[in-house]
Amino acid sequence: MRQFSRLEQRLLNEFQQGMPLTSNPYADIARQLGVYETTVLETLQRLQTEGVISRVGAVFRPNRVGASTLAAMAVPEAELEAAADIVNQFDEVNHNYEREHHYNLWFVVVASDEERLQDVLLEIEASCGYPVLDLPLLNEFFIDLGFDLKWT
Amino acid sequence: MDMIRDTAFETALIEIISQGLPLVKQPYAAVAEQLGCSETEVLAGIQRIMMRGDLKRFGIVVRHRQLGYRANGMVVWDIPDERVSEVGHCIGQYSFVTLCYQRPRRLPDWHYNLFSMIHGQDRDAVTAQAEFIVEQCGLHDIEHSILFSKRCFKQRGARYRAKQPSDSNAARRGITANG
Repeated sequence: MRQFSRLEQRLLNEFQQGMPLTSNPYADIARQLGVYETTVLETLQRLQTEGVISRVGAVFRPNRVGASTLAAMAVPEAELEAAADIVNQFDEVNHNYEREHHYNLWFVVVASDEERLQDVLLEIEASCGYPVLDLPLLNEFFIDLGFDLKWT
Repeated sequence: MDMIRDTAFETALIEIISQGLPLVKQPYAAVAEQLGCSETEVLAGIQRIMMRGDLKRFGIVVRHRQLGYRANGMVVWDIPDERVSEVGHCIGQYSFVTLCYQRPRRLPDWHYNLFSMIHGQDRDAVTAQAEFIVEQCGLHDIEHSILFSKRCFKQRGARYRAKQPSDSNAARRGITANG
């Protein structure tokens, strides 16, 4: 991991929420940090190019918009990459991870409605040839305030 | 003003802010241009979505792996149904827990009903934090398992509708390298 400048650290830790709803939000952020607007924009662009940040945008609560679920499949190791490729082809899949477990492929599906969601799960089952565990959210016990990064 | 009530407009707006704002001086004006409306309507639309409580947060979305948090453990717990709410709130209070959700069991294949996500600098750190939860929340008799992530095959913001040809620019901008 490379070293992050003080400005980068503050941007990454203090602006995971509260994006200003103003015409020039990056200028507002710059004012809070005591730097130029162009410096904020250039820094964010660089962090995005490096893959440190995914985007400046909104994170929605599950199931507030459309229908979503966490799904899992148990796939033999030799077929895992091929199965992951099939799953990735669905536009409704936005996260897809390998995890250490008998159920080794975990993915999040978000669709316009419940019917489309179930169709996607059925299509994935049929294409991959393995049953899918459908684990929709029932209750949320956490208010996501972003992640507190500990700089060492 | 009809447009403000238009659900198609709101769906398009939700998709764009979910995929990410453009990194330009006036991002909301750029979004307005894309949607064929005014900047005021974009800002009002986002405020309306926020007022409904649909957003968790709106800002910089970081990739934990690139920030040195290499270990990601999904810790799953088999909690008696009558204790789920109490235990869920206990686990959800810690800053190193980034998600805490109740999900259904799928017996006999899957018997865990509470899911919590822990990001740590290495596996030992995640395991230690799970043990801390066991101690603090009184879960000594509860079975749990840590599913560490290995390869990431895909990670991006959600899309809420099927892709249409006119969306291709917005869609492309949303796709970033795997974290």
